[in-house]
Amino acid sequence: MKKEKKTKRESNYRLYVLCAVPVILVFIFNYLPMIGAVIAFKDYKYNDGIFGSKWVGLRNFEMFFKSKDFANVAWNTIYLNFIFIIIGTICAVTLAILLFNVIGRKNVKTYQTIFITPYFISWVVVGYIAYAFLNPAYGILNQLLNALGMENIDVYSKPGLWPIILTIANVWKNVGMDSVIYYAALMGIDTSLFEAADVDGVNRFQKVWYITIPSLISLITILTILKIGNIFRADFGLFYQLTRDVGQLYSTTDVMDTYIYRTLKLWNDVSLSSAAGLLQSVVGLILVVITNTVAKRIDKDCALF
Amino acid sequence: MKKNKSVEQICLNIFFIILSLIIICPLLTLVGVSLSNEKDVVEFGYRIIPKKIDLSAYQYVFKNPEAIINAYKITIFTSIVVMVLSVFLMCMVAYPLTKKNFKHRSALSFYLYFTMLFSGGLVPSYILITKYLHLGNTIWVHILPGLISPWYIFMIRTFFQGIPEEISESVYIDGGTDYTVFFKMIIPLSKPVIAAVSLFMFLGKWNDWFTSMMYITDDKLIGLQYLLQRIMSNIQLLQSSSGTAASSQLRDVSDIPAETVRMAMAVVVAGPALVVFPFFQKYFVKGMTVGAVKG
Repeated sequence: MKKEKKTKRESNYRLYVLCAVPVILVFIFNYLPMIGAVIAFKDYKYNDGIFGSKWVGLRNFEMFFKSKDFANVAWNTIYLNFIFIIIGTICAVTLAILLFNVIGRKNVKTYQTIFITPYFISWVVVGYIAYAFLNPAYGILNQLLNALGMENIDVYSKPGLWPIILTIANVWKNVGMDSVIYYAALMGIDTSLFEAADVDGVNRFQKVWYITIPSLISLITILTILKIGNIFRADFGLFYQLTRDVGQLYSTTDVMDTYIYRTLKLWNDVSLSSAAGLLQSVVGLILVVITNTVAKRIDKDCALF
Repeated sequence: MKKNKSVEQICLNIFFIILSLIIICPLLTLVGVSLSNEKDVVEFGYRIIPKKIDLSAYQYVFKNPEAIINAYKITIFTSIVVMVLSVFLMCMVAYPLTKKNFKHRSALSFYLYFTMLFSGGLVPSYILITKYLHLGNTIWVHILPGLISPWYIFMIRTFFQGIPEEISESVYIDGGTDYTVFFKMIIPLSKPVIAAVSLFMFLGKWNDWFTSMMYITDDKLIGLQYLLQRIMSNIQLLQSSSGTAASSQLRDVSDIPAETVRMAMAVVVAGPALVVFPFFQKYFVKGMTVGAVKG
Protein backbone atom coordinates (compact mmCIF):
# COMPACT_ATOMS: atom_id res chain seq x y z
CA MET A 1 0.00 0.00 0.00
CA LYS A 2 2.71 2.37 1.08
CA LYS A 3 4.83 1.45 -1.88
CA GLU A 4 2.01 2.08 -4.29
CA LYS A 5 1.50 5.55 -2.91
CA LYS A 6 5.16 6.32 -3.34
CA THR A 7 5.30 5.28 -7.00
CA LYS A 8 2.24 7.36 -7.64
CA ARG A 9 3.87 10.45 -6.24
CA GLU A 10 7.08 9.70 -8.08
CA SER A 11 5.31 9.36 -11.38
CA ASN A 12 3.51 12.62 -10.74
CA TYR A 13 6.84 14.34 -10.28
CA ARG A 14 8.00 12.95 -13.61
CA LEU A 15 4.88 14.28 -15.29
CA TYR A 16 5.68 17.74 -13.96
CA VAL A 17 9.18 17.46 -15.41
CA LEU A 18 7.78 16.46 -18.79
CA CYS A 19 5.43 19.40 -19.09
CA ALA A 20 7.69 22.01 -17.45
CA VAL A 21 9.32 23.49 -20.56
CA PRO A 22 6.12 23.82 -22.60
CA VAL A 23 4.34 25.34 -19.60
CA ILE A 24 7.09 27.93 -19.18
CA LEU A 25 7.05 28.76 -22.90
CA VAL A 26 3.29 29.25 -22.82
CA PHE A 27 3.67 31.46 -19.78
CA ILE A 28 6.26 33.66 -21.48
CA PHE A 29 4.72 33.97 -24.91
CA ASN A 30 1.01 33.77 -24.07
CA TYR A 31 0.45 34.83 -20.47
CA LEU A 32 3.00 37.64 -20.16
CA PRO A 33 1.42 39.48 -23.13
CA MET A 34 -1.96 39.11 -21.42
CA ILE A 35 -0.54 40.93 -18.41
CA GLY A 36 1.12 43.38 -20.76
CA ALA A 37 -2.26 44.15 -22.27
CA VAL A 38 -2.65 46.76 -19.51
CA ILE A 39 -0.77 49.13 -21.81
CA ALA A 40 -4.11 49.64 -23.54
CA PHE A 41 -4.98 51.70 -20.44
CA LYS A 42 -1.67 53.58 -20.39
CA ASP A 43 0.13 56.29 -22.26
CA TYR A 44 3.04 54.10 -23.37
CA LYS A 45 6.47 55.65 -23.38
CA TYR A 46 9.28 53.42 -24.59
CA ASN A 47 11.70 54.43 -21.85
CA ASP A 48 9.18 53.96 -19.05
CA GLY A 49 8.24 50.46 -20.16
CA ILE A 50 4.86 48.82 -19.73
CA PHE A 51 4.55 49.29 -15.99
CA GLY A 52 6.27 52.66 -15.68
CA SER A 53 4.05 54.43 -18.21
CA LYS A 54 1.29 56.72 -17.04
CA TRP A 55 -2.22 55.36 -16.43
CA VAL A 56 -4.81 57.06 -18.65
CA GLY A 57 -7.87 54.89 -18.10
CA LEU A 58 -10.07 54.49 -21.13
CA ARG A 59 -8.56 57.36 -23.12
CA ASN A 60 -7.01 55.07 -25.77
CA PHE A 61 -10.31 53.31 -26.32
CA GLU A 62 -12.11 56.63 -26.63
CA MET A 63 -9.54 57.67 -29.21
CA PHE A 64 -10.14 54.46 -31.17
CA PHE A 65 -13.93 54.67 -30.97
CA LYS A 66 -13.92 58.31 -32.01
CA SER A 67 -11.51 57.79 -34.93
CA LYS A 68 -13.09 57.57 -38.36
CA ASP A 69 -11.44 54.18 -38.82
CA PHE A 70 -13.25 52.33 -36.05
CA ALA A 71 -16.64 51.84 -37.69
CA ASN A 72 -15.06 50.98 -41.04
CA VAL A 73 -12.57 48.50 -39.64
CA ALA A 74 -15.02 46.75 -37.34
CA TRP A 75 -17.68 46.54 -40.04
CA ASN A 76 -15.26 45.22 -42.69
CA THR A 77 -13.96 42.56 -40.35
CA ILE A 78 -17.38 41.21 -39.45
CA TYR A 79 -18.99 41.70 -42.86
CA LEU A 80 -16.20 40.08 -44.88
CA ASN A 81 -15.74 37.20 -42.46
CA PHE A 82 -19.48 36.63 -42.59
CA ILE A 83 -19.37 36.39 -46.38
CA PHE A 84 -16.37 34.05 -46.19
CA ILE A 85 -18.19 31.77 -43.77
CA ILE A 86 -21.38 31.56 -45.86
CA ILE A 87 -19.77 31.22 -49.29
CA GLY A 88 -16.89 29.10 -48.01
CA THR A 89 -19.23 26.62 -46.33
CA ILE A 90 -21.56 26.36 -49.32
CA CYS A 91 -18.62 25.72 -51.66
CA ALA A 92 -16.94 23.20 -49.36
CA VAL A 93 -20.15 21.23 -48.76
CA THR A 94 -21.09 21.23 -52.45
CA LEU A 95 -17.62 20.09 -53.42
CA ALA A 96 -17.68 17.30 -50.83
CA ILE A 97 -21.11 16.05 -51.98
CA LEU A 98 -20.11 16.08 -55.65
CA LEU A 99 -16.85 14.35 -54.84
CA PHE A 100 -18.77 11.76 -52.83
CA ASN A 101 -20.76 10.88 -55.95
CA VAL A 102 -17.66 10.24 -58.06
CA ILE A 103 -17.04 6.53 -58.49
CA GLY A 104 -13.43 5.40 -58.33
CA ARG A 105 -11.11 5.98 -55.45
CA LYS A 106 -8.26 7.06 -57.72
CA ASN A 107 -10.21 9.87 -59.38
CA VAL A 108 -11.41 11.18 -56.03
CA LYS A 109 -7.87 11.24 -54.69
CA THR A 110 -6.50 13.05 -57.74
CA TYR A 111 -9.18 15.75 -57.55
CA GLN A 112 -8.71 16.13 -53.82
CA THR A 113 -4.95 16.56 -54.23
CA ILE A 114 -5.49 19.30 -56.79
CA PHE A 115 -8.08 21.11 -54.66
CA ILE A 116 -5.81 21.04 -51.62
CA THR A 117 -2.76 22.37 -53.50
CA PRO A 118 -3.54 26.10 -52.98
CA TYR A 119 -3.61 25.46 -49.24
CA PHE A 120 0.15 24.84 -49.36
CA ILE A 121 0.97 28.25 -50.81
CA SER A 122 1.78 31.25 -48.67
CA TRP A 123 -0.29 34.42 -48.87
CA VAL A 124 2.75 36.18 -50.28
CA VAL A 125 2.68 33.94 -53.34
CA VAL A 126 -1.10 34.30 -53.58
CA GLY A 127 -0.48 38.06 -53.57
CA TYR A 128 1.81 37.59 -56.58
CA ILE A 129 -0.81 35.52 -58.37
CA ALA A 130 -3.46 38.15 -57.69
CA TYR A 131 -1.07 40.77 -59.04
CA ALA A 132 -0.53 38.74 -62.22
CA PHE A 133 -4.28 38.73 -62.78
CA LEU A 134 -5.12 42.26 -61.67
CA ASN A 135 -2.06 44.29 -62.66
CA PRO A 136 -3.45 47.30 -64.58
CA ALA A 137 -0.77 47.26 -67.27
CA TYR A 138 -0.11 43.59 -67.99
CA GLY A 139 -2.74 41.72 -65.96
CA ILE A 140 -4.73 38.84 -67.36
CA LEU A 141 -8.06 40.35 -66.27
CA ASN A 142 -7.53 43.41 -68.45
CA GLN A 143 -6.51 41.26 -71.41
CA LEU A 144 -9.79 39.38 -71.03
CA LEU A 145 -11.72 42.64 -70.77
CA ASN A 146 -9.98 43.96 -73.88
CA ALA A 147 -10.77 40.78 -75.76
CA LEU A 148 -14.42 41.36 -74.87
CA GLY A 149 -14.12 44.92 -76.12
CA MET A 150 -14.19 46.55 -72.69
CA GLU A 151 -12.02 49.22 -71.14
CA ASN A 152 -9.02 48.53 -68.93
CA ILE A 153 -9.67 48.86 -65.22
CA ASP A 154 -7.21 49.52 -62.45
CA VAL A 155 -8.53 47.17 -59.79
CA TYR A 156 -6.13 48.57 -57.20
CA SER A 157 -8.04 51.85 -57.26
CA LYS A 158 -11.53 50.34 -57.18
CA PRO A 159 -12.39 49.43 -53.57
CA GLY A 160 -15.87 48.24 -54.54
CA LEU A 161 -14.48 45.17 -56.30
CA TRP A 162 -12.38 43.91 -53.41
CA PRO A 163 -14.94 42.04 -51.34
CA ILE A 164 -15.46 39.83 -54.41
CA ILE A 165 -11.74 39.41 -55.09
CA LEU A 166 -10.98 38.59 -51.46
CA THR A 167 -13.82 36.08 -51.32
CA ILE A 168 -12.62 34.32 -54.46
CA ALA A 169 -9.05 34.19 -53.18
CA ASN A 170 -10.16 32.90 -49.80
CA VAL A 171 -12.38 30.19 -51.26
CA TRP A 172 -9.72 29.21 -53.79
CA LYS A 173 -7.12 28.75 -51.07
CA ASN A 174 -9.22 27.01 -48.44
CA VAL A 175 -12.09 25.17 -50.11
CA GLY A 176 -10.10 21.99 -50.73
CA MET A 177 -9.02 21.61 -47.13
CA ASP A 178 -12.45 22.59 -45.80
CA SER A 179 -14.22 20.03 -47.96
CA VAL A 180 -11.97 17.29 -46.55
CA ILE A 181 -13.86 17.38 -43.26
CA TYR A 182 -17.25 17.16 -44.94
CA TYR A 183 -16.05 14.42 -47.25
CA ALA A 184 -14.81 12.42 -44.27
CA ALA A 185 -18.23 12.84 -42.63
CA LEU A 186 -19.95 11.63 -45.79
CA MET A 187 -17.76 8.54 -45.86
CA GLY A 188 -19.14 7.77 -42.43
CA ILE A 189 -22.79 7.60 -43.56
CA ASP A 190 -24.34 4.17 -43.19
CA THR A 191 -24.40 2.80 -46.78
CA SER A 192 -27.52 0.75 -46.06
CA LEU A 193 -29.46 4.04 -46.20
CA PHE A 194 -28.45 4.49 -49.83
CA GLU A 195 -29.16 0.84 -50.62
CA ALA A 196 -32.64 1.15 -49.14
CA ALA A 197 -33.17 4.28 -51.22
CA ASP A 198 -32.09 2.39 -54.35
CA VAL A 199 -34.65 -0.29 -53.63
CA ASP A 200 -37.32 2.38 -53.33
CA GLY A 201 -36.27 3.82 -56.70
CA VAL A 202 -35.19 7.17 -55.35
CA ASN A 203 -33.20 9.33 -57.76
CA ARG A 204 -29.80 10.95 -57.19
CA PHE A 205 -31.06 14.38 -56.24
CA GLN A 206 -33.59 13.04 -53.81
CA LYS A 207 -30.83 11.00 -52.19
CA VAL A 208 -28.69 14.10 -51.76
CA TRP A 209 -31.64 16.10 -50.43
CA TYR A 210 -33.06 13.50 -48.06
CA ILE A 211 -29.99 11.55 -46.96
CA THR A 212 -26.71 13.35 -47.68
CA ILE A 213 -27.55 16.89 -46.60
CA PRO A 214 -29.46 15.96 -43.42
CA SER A 215 -26.53 13.81 -42.31
CA LEU A 216 -24.19 16.77 -42.68
CA ILE A 217 -26.41 19.35 -41.04
CA SER A 218 -25.12 18.98 -37.51
CA LEU A 219 -21.49 19.15 -38.64
CA ILE A 220 -22.21 22.22 -40.77
CA THR A 221 -23.98 23.89 -37.86
CA ILE A 222 -21.17 23.22 -35.42
CA LEU A 223 -18.37 24.32 -37.72
CA THR A 224 -20.27 27.46 -38.70
CA ILE A 225 -20.95 28.38 -35.10
CA LEU A 226 -17.31 27.87 -34.22
CA LYS A 227 -16.29 30.07 -37.14
CA ILE A 228 -18.68 32.79 -36.00
CA GLY A 229 -16.81 32.70 -32.69
CA ASN A 230 -13.77 33.93 -34.61
CA ILE A 231 -15.61 36.44 -36.76
CA PHE A 232 -13.78 39.39 -35.22
CA ARG A 233 -10.40 37.99 -36.25
CA ALA A 234 -9.34 38.37 -39.86
CA ASP A 235 -6.79 36.39 -41.82
CA PHE A 236 -4.04 39.01 -41.85
CA GLY A 237 -2.19 37.50 -44.82
CA LEU A 238 -5.23 37.56 -47.06
CA PHE A 239 -5.99 41.21 -46.39
CA TYR A 240 -2.43 42.45 -46.30
CA GLN A 241 -0.77 40.58 -49.16
CA LEU A 242 -3.58 40.69 -51.70
CA THR A 243 -4.40 44.35 -51.33
CA ARG A 244 -0.66 45.11 -51.11
CA ASP A 245 -1.64 47.53 -48.36
CA VAL A 246 -2.90 50.09 -50.90
CA GLY A 247 -4.43 52.97 -48.95
CA GLN A 248 -7.05 53.64 -51.59
CA LEU A 249 -8.66 50.27 -50.83
CA TYR A 250 -8.95 50.68 -47.06
CA SER A 251 -12.64 51.58 -47.22
CA THR A 252 -13.51 47.99 -48.12
CA THR A 253 -10.43 45.99 -47.15
CA ASP A 254 -9.12 47.42 -43.90
CA VAL A 255 -9.82 44.98 -41.06
CA MET A 256 -8.95 44.85 -37.35
CA ASP A 257 -5.75 42.90 -37.90
CA THR A 258 -4.37 45.13 -40.65
CA TYR A 259 -5.34 48.21 -38.66
CA ILE A 260 -3.61 46.97 -35.52
CA TYR A 261 -0.49 46.15 -37.52
CA ARG A 262 -0.46 49.48 -39.31
CA THR A 263 -1.00 51.62 -36.24
CA LEU A 264 1.81 49.79 -34.45
CA LYS A 265 4.45 49.41 -37.14
CA LEU A 266 3.83 52.29 -39.50
CA TRP A 267 2.28 54.97 -37.30
CA ASN A 268 4.09 53.87 -34.13
CA ASP A 269 0.89 54.66 -32.27
CA VAL A 270 1.16 52.10 -29.50
CA SER A 271 -1.83 53.49 -27.58
CA LEU A 272 -4.28 53.22 -30.46
CA SER A 273 -2.94 49.87 -31.57
CA SER A 274 -3.06 48.28 -28.15
CA ALA A 275 -6.59 49.54 -27.51
CA ALA A 276 -7.79 48.08 -30.83
CA GLY A 277 -5.94 44.84 -30.06
CA LEU A 278 -7.42 44.44 -26.60
CA LEU A 279 -10.89 45.23 -27.91
CA GLN A 280 -10.45 42.52 -30.52
CA SER A 281 -9.33 39.99 -27.91
CA VAL A 282 -12.17 40.77 -25.52
CA VAL A 283 -14.85 40.68 -28.21
CA GLY A 284 -13.26 37.45 -29.47
CA LEU A 285 -13.40 35.90 -26.01
CA ILE A 286 -17.06 36.84 -25.52
CA LEU A 287 -18.03 35.54 -28.96
CA VAL A 288 -16.19 32.25 -28.53
CA VAL A 289 -17.77 31.63 -25.13
CA ILE A 290 -21.25 32.38 -26.47
CA THR A 291 -20.87 30.30 -29.63
CA ASN A 292 -19.45 27.40 -27.67
CA THR A 293 -22.35 27.41 -25.29
CA VAL A 294 -24.68 27.27 -28.27
CA ALA A 295 -22.63 24.54 -29.95
CA LYS A 296 -22.63 22.47 -26.79
CA ARG A 297 -26.39 22.71 -26.55
CA ILE A 298 -26.70 21.33 -30.09
CA ASP A 299 -24.12 18.60 -29.85
CA LYS A 300 -22.24 17.86 -26.68
CA ASP A 301 -19.26 16.22 -28.38
CA CYS A 302 -18.53 18.93 -30.87
CA ALA A 303 -18.07 21.98 -28.68
CA LEU A 304 -14.51 23.06 -28.04
CA PHE A 305 -14.98 23.03 -24.27
CA MET B 1 -30.28 2.49 -65.49
CA LYS B 2 -26.66 1.57 -65.85
CA LYS B 3 -26.21 3.74 -68.89
CA ASN B 4 -27.79 6.62 -67.02
CA LYS B 5 -25.24 6.23 -64.29
CA SER B 6 -22.26 6.24 -66.61
CA VAL B 7 -23.48 9.39 -68.35
CA GLU B 8 -23.75 11.00 -64.95
CA GLN B 9 -20.25 9.86 -64.06
CA ILE B 10 -18.85 11.30 -67.26
CA CYS B 11 -20.54 14.64 -66.57
CA LEU B 12 -19.26 14.67 -63.01
CA ASN B 13 -15.74 13.87 -64.10
CA ILE B 14 -15.82 16.52 -66.81
CA PHE B 15 -16.99 19.01 -64.22
CA PHE B 16 -14.19 18.08 -61.87
CA ILE B 17 -11.56 18.21 -64.60
CA ILE B 18 -12.68 21.72 -65.54
CA LEU B 19 -12.73 22.76 -61.90
CA SER B 20 -9.26 21.31 -61.40
CA LEU B 21 -7.98 23.32 -64.34
CA ILE B 22 -9.53 26.49 -62.93
CA ILE B 23 -7.92 25.86 -59.57
CA ILE B 24 -4.52 25.06 -61.05
CA CYS B 25 -4.60 27.87 -63.61
CA PRO B 26 -3.40 30.62 -61.21
CA LEU B 27 -0.33 28.54 -60.40
CA LEU B 28 0.37 27.90 -64.05
CA THR B 29 0.14 31.63 -64.65
CA LEU B 30 3.09 32.20 -62.34
CA VAL B 31 5.13 29.60 -64.19
CA GLY B 32 4.01 30.88 -67.58
CA VAL B 33 4.97 34.48 -66.90
CA SER B 34 8.29 33.47 -65.38
CA LEU B 35 9.15 31.62 -68.58
CA SER B 36 8.14 34.51 -70.82
CA ASN B 37 10.28 37.01 -72.58
CA GLU B 38 10.26 40.38 -70.83
CA LYS B 39 9.62 42.26 -74.09
CA ASP B 40 6.60 40.07 -74.84
CA VAL B 41 5.21 40.77 -71.38
CA VAL B 42 5.60 44.51 -71.80
CA GLU B 43 4.00 44.35 -75.23
CA PHE B 44 1.22 41.78 -74.79
CA GLY B 45 0.85 41.46 -71.01
CA TYR B 46 1.09 38.36 -68.85
CA ARG B 47 0.33 35.12 -70.63
CA ILE B 48 -0.45 31.76 -69.08
CA ILE B 49 1.19 30.11 -72.07
CA PRO B 50 4.27 32.11 -73.04
CA LYS B 51 4.67 33.28 -76.65
CA LYS B 52 8.16 31.87 -76.63
CA ILE B 53 10.02 30.21 -73.82
CA ASP B 54 12.71 32.42 -72.36
CA LEU B 55 14.77 31.41 -69.36
CA SER B 56 16.45 34.75 -68.84
CA ALA B 57 14.39 35.51 -65.73
CA TYR B 58 15.69 32.37 -64.05
CA GLN B 59 19.19 33.08 -65.30
CA TYR B 60 18.92 36.46 -63.67
CA VAL B 61 17.60 35.04 -60.40
CA PHE B 62 20.41 32.50 -60.20
CA LYS B 63 23.11 34.89 -61.31
CA ASN B 64 22.98 36.63 -57.94
CA PRO B 65 21.72 33.85 -55.75
CA GLU B 66 23.21 35.00 -52.41
CA ALA B 67 20.04 36.64 -51.10
CA ILE B 68 17.86 33.71 -52.11
CA ILE B 69 20.23 31.06 -50.83
CA ASN B 70 20.54 32.90 -47.54
CA ALA B 71 16.77 33.20 -47.17
CA TYR B 72 16.39 29.54 -48.11
CA LYS B 73 18.89 28.59 -45.43
CA ILE B 74 17.03 30.62 -42.81
CA THR B 75 13.66 29.17 -43.79
CA ILE B 76 14.84 25.57 -44.01
CA PHE B 77 16.72 25.79 -40.74
CA THR B 78 13.93 27.45 -38.78
CA SER B 79 11.24 25.22 -40.30
CA ILE B 80 13.08 22.04 -39.34
CA VAL B 81 14.01 23.25 -35.86
CA VAL B 82 10.48 24.47 -35.16
CA MET B 83 8.98 21.25 -36.45
CA VAL B 84 11.19 18.95 -34.37
CA LEU B 85 11.17 21.02 -31.17
CA SER B 86 7.50 21.90 -31.21
CA VAL B 87 6.26 18.38 -31.85
CA PHE B 88 8.52 17.01 -29.16
CA LEU B 89 7.48 19.64 -26.61
CA MET B 90 3.80 19.34 -27.44
CA CYS B 91 3.95 15.56 -26.99
CA MET B 92 5.64 16.13 -23.63
CA VAL B 93 2.78 18.28 -22.42
CA ALA B 94 0.08 16.17 -24.06
CA TYR B 95 1.16 13.05 -22.19
CA PRO B 96 0.46 14.30 -18.65
CA LEU B 97 -2.95 15.45 -19.91
CA THR B 98 -3.85 11.80 -20.48
CA LYS B 99 -2.79 10.57 -17.02
CA LYS B 100 -5.72 10.21 -14.67
CA ASN B 101 -3.43 10.15 -11.63
CA PHE B 102 -1.91 13.51 -12.57
CA LYS B 103 -3.13 15.86 -9.89
CA HIS B 104 -3.23 19.08 -11.91
CA ARG B 105 -4.54 17.56 -15.09
CA SER B 106 -7.60 19.75 -15.47
CA ALA B 107 -5.73 22.86 -14.31
CA LEU B 108 -3.05 22.26 -16.94
CA SER B 109 -5.74 21.63 -19.52
CA PHE B 110 -7.40 24.93 -18.74
CA TYR B 111 -4.05 26.74 -18.62
CA LEU B 112 -3.42 25.69 -22.21
CA TYR B 113 -6.99 26.04 -23.33
CA PHE B 114 -7.37 29.60 -22.15
CA THR B 115 -4.69 30.78 -24.58
CA MET B 116 -6.98 29.70 -27.41
CA LEU B 117 -9.75 31.89 -26.06
CA PHE B 118 -7.88 35.02 -25.17
CA SER B 119 -4.62 36.64 -26.16
CA GLY B 120 -2.83 39.76 -25.10
CA GLY B 121 -2.75 40.93 -28.69
CA LEU B 122 -0.04 42.03 -31.04
CA VAL B 123 1.26 45.08 -29.19
CA PRO B 124 2.16 43.49 -25.82
CA SER B 125 3.79 40.55 -27.61
CA TYR B 126 5.77 42.93 -29.77
CA ILE B 127 6.97 44.96 -26.82
CA LEU B 128 7.75 41.84 -24.81
CA ILE B 129 9.77 40.26 -27.60
CA THR B 130 11.68 43.33 -28.71
CA LYS B 131 12.12 45.41 -25.55
CA TYR B 132 12.19 42.89 -22.72
CA LEU B 133 13.39 39.61 -24.24
CA HIS B 134 15.61 41.30 -26.86
CA LEU B 135 14.72 38.68 -29.45
CA GLY B 136 14.22 41.17 -32.29
CA ASN B 137 16.73 40.63 -35.10
CA THR B 138 17.81 37.23 -33.80
CA ILE B 139 17.21 33.78 -35.18
CA TRP B 140 15.37 32.94 -31.93
CA VAL B 141 12.39 35.09 -32.78
CA HIS B 142 11.74 32.73 -35.70
CA ILE B 143 11.76 29.75 -33.37
CA LEU B 144 10.66 30.38 -29.80
CA PRO B 145 7.34 32.28 -29.87
CA GLY B 146 5.39 29.80 -31.99
CA LEU B 147 6.60 26.52 -30.54
CA ILE B 148 3.54 25.63 -28.51
CA SER B 149 0.11 25.52 -30.09
CA PRO B 150 -2.71 24.37 -27.81
CA TRP B 151 -4.78 23.23 -30.78
CA TYR B 152 -2.19 20.61 -31.74
CA ILE B 153 -1.59 19.64 -28.12
CA PHE B 154 -5.23 18.65 -27.80
CA MET B 155 -5.04 16.83 -31.11
CA ILE B 156 -2.06 14.83 -29.85
CA ARG B 157 -3.76 14.21 -26.52
CA THR B 158 -6.83 12.81 -28.26
CA PHE B 159 -4.60 10.40 -30.11
CA PHE B 160 -2.71 9.39 -26.94
CA GLN B 161 -6.02 8.67 -25.25
CA GLY B 162 -6.75 6.07 -27.88
CA ILE B 163 -3.70 4.03 -26.84
CA PRO B 164 -4.81 1.28 -24.42
CA GLU B 165 -3.77 1.90 -20.83
CA GLU B 166 -2.72 -1.73 -20.35
CA ILE B 167 0.40 -0.94 -22.34
CA SER B 168 1.65 1.53 -19.77
CA GLU B 169 0.53 -0.73 -16.91
CA SER B 170 2.80 -3.47 -18.22
CA VAL B 171 5.73 -1.05 -18.26
CA TYR B 172 5.11 -0.06 -14.62
CA ILE B 173 5.05 -3.73 -13.61
CA ASP B 174 8.41 -4.23 -15.27
CA GLY B 175 9.78 -1.42 -13.12
CA GLY B 176 9.56 1.30 -15.76
CA THR B 177 8.59 4.89 -15.05
CA ASP B 178 6.50 7.42 -16.93
CA TYR B 179 9.62 8.37 -18.85
CA THR B 180 9.89 4.80 -20.14
CA VAL B 181 6.22 4.73 -21.06
CA PHE B 182 6.43 8.05 -22.83
CA PHE B 183 9.64 7.52 -24.80
CA LYS B 184 9.47 3.78 -25.42
CA MET B 185 5.74 3.23 -25.83
CA ILE B 186 3.67 6.33 -26.48
CA ILE B 187 5.98 8.10 -28.93
CA PRO B 188 6.63 5.06 -31.17
CA LEU B 189 2.92 4.23 -31.20
CA SER B 190 1.90 7.77 -32.15
CA LYS B 191 3.65 8.09 -35.49
CA PRO B 192 0.50 9.07 -37.43
CA VAL B 193 -0.37 12.04 -35.25
CA ILE B 194 3.28 13.06 -34.94
CA ALA B 195 3.60 13.02 -38.72
CA ALA B 196 0.45 15.10 -39.15
CA VAL B 197 1.39 17.73 -36.57
CA SER B 198 4.98 17.89 -37.86
CA LEU B 199 3.75 18.63 -41.34
CA PHE B 200 1.36 21.35 -40.18
CA MET B 201 4.12 22.98 -38.13
CA PHE B 202 6.59 22.73 -40.99
CA LEU B 203 4.12 24.16 -43.48
CA GLY B 204 3.20 26.97 -41.11
CA LYS B 205 6.82 27.99 -40.63
CA TRP B 206 7.70 27.54 -44.29
CA ASN B 207 4.95 29.96 -45.27
CA ASP B 208 5.59 32.41 -42.45
CA TRP B 209 6.45 35.93 -43.52
CA PHE B 210 4.87 37.73 -40.57
CA THR B 211 7.70 37.05 -38.12
CA SER B 212 10.31 38.50 -40.47
CA MET B 213 8.15 41.49 -41.29
CA MET B 214 7.47 42.18 -37.63
CA TYR B 215 10.75 41.50 -35.89
CA ILE B 216 13.61 41.39 -38.41
CA THR B 217 15.33 44.36 -39.98
CA ASP B 218 18.64 42.60 -40.67
CA ASP B 219 18.55 41.36 -44.28
CA LYS B 220 20.63 38.35 -43.37
CA LEU B 221 17.94 36.99 -41.08
CA ILE B 222 14.82 37.33 -43.19
CA GLY B 223 13.01 34.24 -44.38
CA LEU B 224 12.16 33.24 -47.90
CA GLN B 225 8.54 34.43 -47.94
CA TYR B 226 9.38 37.87 -46.64
CA LEU B 227 12.20 38.22 -49.16
CA LEU B 228 9.64 37.50 -51.84
CA GLN B 229 7.23 40.01 -50.35
CA ARG B 230 9.85 42.75 -50.43
CA ILE B 231 10.97 41.96 -53.95
CA MET B 232 7.49 42.89 -55.13
CA SER B 233 8.25 46.54 -54.46
CA ASN B 234 12.03 46.49 -54.46
CA ILE B 235 13.64 44.17 -56.95
CA GLN B 236 17.11 45.45 -56.13
CA LEU B 237 17.09 43.25 -53.07
CA LEU B 238 18.11 40.40 -55.33
CA GLN B 239 21.46 42.06 -55.81
CA SER B 240 22.77 41.41 -52.38
CA SER B 241 26.20 42.87 -53.07
CA SER B 242 25.53 46.03 -51.10
CA GLY B 243 28.97 47.48 -51.92
CA THR B 244 28.02 48.67 -55.41
CA ALA B 245 27.83 52.39 -55.94
CA ALA B 246 24.44 54.04 -56.27
CA SER B 247 24.95 54.99 -59.91
CA SER B 248 25.83 51.50 -61.09
CA GLN B 249 22.89 50.14 -59.12
CA LEU B 250 20.57 52.47 -60.96
CA ARG B 251 21.80 51.20 -64.28
CA ASP B 252 21.41 47.62 -63.09
CA VAL B 253 17.79 48.20 -62.16
CA SER B 254 16.79 49.20 -65.64
CA ASP B 255 18.49 46.05 -66.92
CA ILE B 256 16.39 43.78 -64.73
CA PRO B 257 13.59 42.04 -66.59
CA ALA B 258 11.49 42.99 -63.57
CA GLU B 259 8.10 41.54 -64.48
CA THR B 260 9.35 38.06 -65.33
CA VAL B 261 11.98 37.98 -62.60
CA ARG B 262 9.35 38.65 -59.94
CA MET B 263 7.28 35.71 -61.08
CA ALA B 264 10.37 33.54 -61.39
CA MET B 265 11.14 34.36 -57.77
CA ALA B 266 7.63 33.36 -56.76
CA VAL B 267 8.11 30.03 -58.53
CA VAL B 268 11.47 29.50 -56.86
CA VAL B 269 9.86 30.21 -53.47
CA ALA B 270 6.62 28.26 -53.88
CA GLY B 271 7.82 25.51 -56.19
CA PRO B 272 9.65 23.15 -53.85
CA ALA B 273 6.80 23.22 -51.33
CA LEU B 274 4.24 22.54 -54.04
CA VAL B 275 6.21 19.56 -55.26
CA VAL B 276 6.83 18.09 -51.82
CA PHE B 277 3.68 18.72 -49.77
CA PRO B 278 1.13 16.91 -51.96
CA PHE B 279 3.01 13.67 -51.27
CA PHE B 280 2.06 14.06 -47.63
CA GLN B 281 -1.56 14.82 -48.37
CA LYS B 282 -2.65 11.69 -46.48
CA TYR B 283 -1.28 13.10 -43.23
CA PHE B 284 -2.76 16.55 -43.73
CA VAL B 285 -6.15 15.00 -44.37
CA LYS B 286 -5.81 12.81 -41.30
CA GLY B 287 -4.81 15.81 -39.22
CA MET B 288 -7.77 17.83 -40.45
CA THR B 289 -10.26 15.13 -39.58
CA VAL B 290 -8.78 14.35 -36.17
CA GLY B 291 -8.79 18.03 -35.29
CA ALA B 292 -12.36 18.48 -36.42
CA VAL B 293 -13.83 15.64 -34.45
CA LYS B 294 -12.39 16.62 -31.12
CA GLY B 295 -10.67 19.79 -30.00
